[in-house]
Amino acid sequence: MSAVAQALRAHARWRWWELATFAALVLSWLLLPGQSLLLNEIAILALFAVSLDLILGYSGIVSLGHAAFFGIGSYAAALFAKLVMPDPWVGMVVAIAVAALLGALCSVLILRGSDLTRLMVTLGVASILYELANKLDWLTGGADGLPGVVMGPLRTPFGAFEFDLGGRTAYAYTLFVLILCVLLARRLVHSPFGTSLQALRDNRLRAASIGLSVNARLVVVYTVAAAIAGAAGGLLAQTTGFASLDVFEFHRSAEVMLVLVIGGTGYLYGGIFGAIVFKLLHDLVSAWTPQYWNFWLGLFLVILVLVGREKLTRPWTWFGAKR
Amino acid sequence: MSEVVLETRGLLKRFGGITPTNDVSIQVEKGARRALIGPNGAGKTTLINLLTGVLEPTAGSIWLDGQDITQLAPHKRVRRGVVRTFQINQLFGELTPLQSLGLAVASHLGISGGWWKPLGSDARVAPACETLLAQFHLSDVMNQPVKHLAYGKRRLLEIATALACEPRVLLLDEPVAGVPEGERQEIFDIVNALPADVSVLLIEHDMDLVFNFASSVTVLVNGAVFAEGDVQAISNDPRVKAVYLGESTEERAHG
Repeated sequence: MSAVAQALRAHARWRWWELATFAALVLSWLLLPGQSLLLNEIAILALFAVSLDLILGYSGIVSLGHAAFFGIGSYAAALFAKLVMPDPWVGMVVAIAVAALLGALCSVLILRGSDLTRLMVTLGVASILYELANKLDWLTGGADGLPGVVMGPLRTPFGAFEFDLGGRTAYAYTLFVLILCVLLARRLVHSPFGTSLQALRDNRLRAASIGLSVNARLVVVYTVAAAIAGAAGGLLAQTTGFASLDVFEFHRSAEVMLVLVIGGTGYLYGGIFGAIVFKLLHDLVSAWTPQYWNFWLGLFLVILVLVGREKLTRPWTWFGAKR
Repeated sequence: MSEVVLETRGLLKRFGGITPTNDVSIQVEKGARRALIGPNGAGKTTLINLLTGVLEPTAGSIWLDGQDITQLAPHKRVRRGVVRTFQINQLFGELTPLQSLGLAVASHLGISGGWWKPLGSDARVAPACETLLAQFHLSDVMNQPVKHLAYGKRRLLEIATALACEPRVLLLDEPVAGVPEGERQEIFDIVNALPADVSVLLIEHDMDLVFNFASSVTVLVNGAVFAEGDVQAISNDPRVKAVYLGESTEERAHG
């Protein structure tokens, strides 16, 4: 293979730290059985953030309402389990399908306008869904939420596993969905389609000028991101046995954005690293000072943005001579 | 006269009270080397924007191979072979030159929507990129993000990206703007080496380059076609000299 052909494919090559990340995720299930509930939360947030990275980091679409898809996935999974059948796999497929459908519908809203328009439109969509879930209380339970979602056993080739209180089954299930989605997203971003997303993020005019259909690509990636966000929401409902209005709330959309700010965008793993740092920070600080943890989180974010992630994650450069 | 590839009929564009393109009807033949000249503000770039679909005309129509493409989306015109370069670089800052060219080649091959196999898994992509990288002296920087490249390299990539789409009609909007004098001819040599059936429409201010490159010239003034003809006729046309060439050719003739 020529040097050019190799260089062209080099972007898709596996890096050691990617494999290490997947290994660490699996090991966390094996080695930290007592922490499964927290780890499950982290993995769900990570998946949610990975889905936002596809549109924010790779395609340059800003969104303050990504919780719309998380929430619809959550309610879809909860309602499906309550009203139709309790099988988690089928419920997951339904959650993904419903979120993808909503994503496809909403994608036309983000094609036009500026970043500011998109922030407002996405925020608006999430607010509308929140209010719908609130008002349709015969279906969603309104402000009380949908309690008592009972999941059936998780059927696998190794046997069927009940969801236990310690969250062992739940975390294994979430990890499986997370890893599967990240592997799929990884193929996507290194493909010509993924490269074209980055191209239209950098310059829509030129992307069209080399024959790429900008709008069609945005519709597809927005739908895919919505589907993955729906999977994350579905996981939350299925593994906690509960869906409430909280899944549509603004703070969820903002939180997932913070996770990407912490972890970094445009390399797919930022969502995972960001979710780990964010949740652990949240957990540690709120245990230490339950009332003021927001203060410390805010301070951390300010420092992160001022100093820069590059510098903050390379402590050995802190005290070097100034160049 | 050979077959007409690209044609405009009564093309008109108005922005409020300004008419940058005023009743322009031109025909570009297959294999033409046509220069589009005119003073600043004559509407040259606007015409290119209309031809490529970046702007929608107020009136008139655009025809490609005898088909009306006035309403066709920009990217679809590119797929039919109408490709342009920009006066001001329009590049993909975070991608590398190799990725940019690879994507353009993939787009031309109709495989840019593939989402499973990595970019470059199609065996036709890399050789096409390799040729362009070598032609445009980009091989040594092919893996650096475009935003870190020097201006000259970015300018070369601007043109290489258009050629990666294998145009049938190539619209060059001041391709050598900002390129050092010594390297300009090289870019034109590459354009000249395009297959004979590729039509080229060139906007350029350097009259030496225009007269070396083009076989025919269209002169735009105030948005309208002022004169049209082969290079000899235009360079000797006293009216054209008066509005545009005037002093500079005089100087050149004496210098």
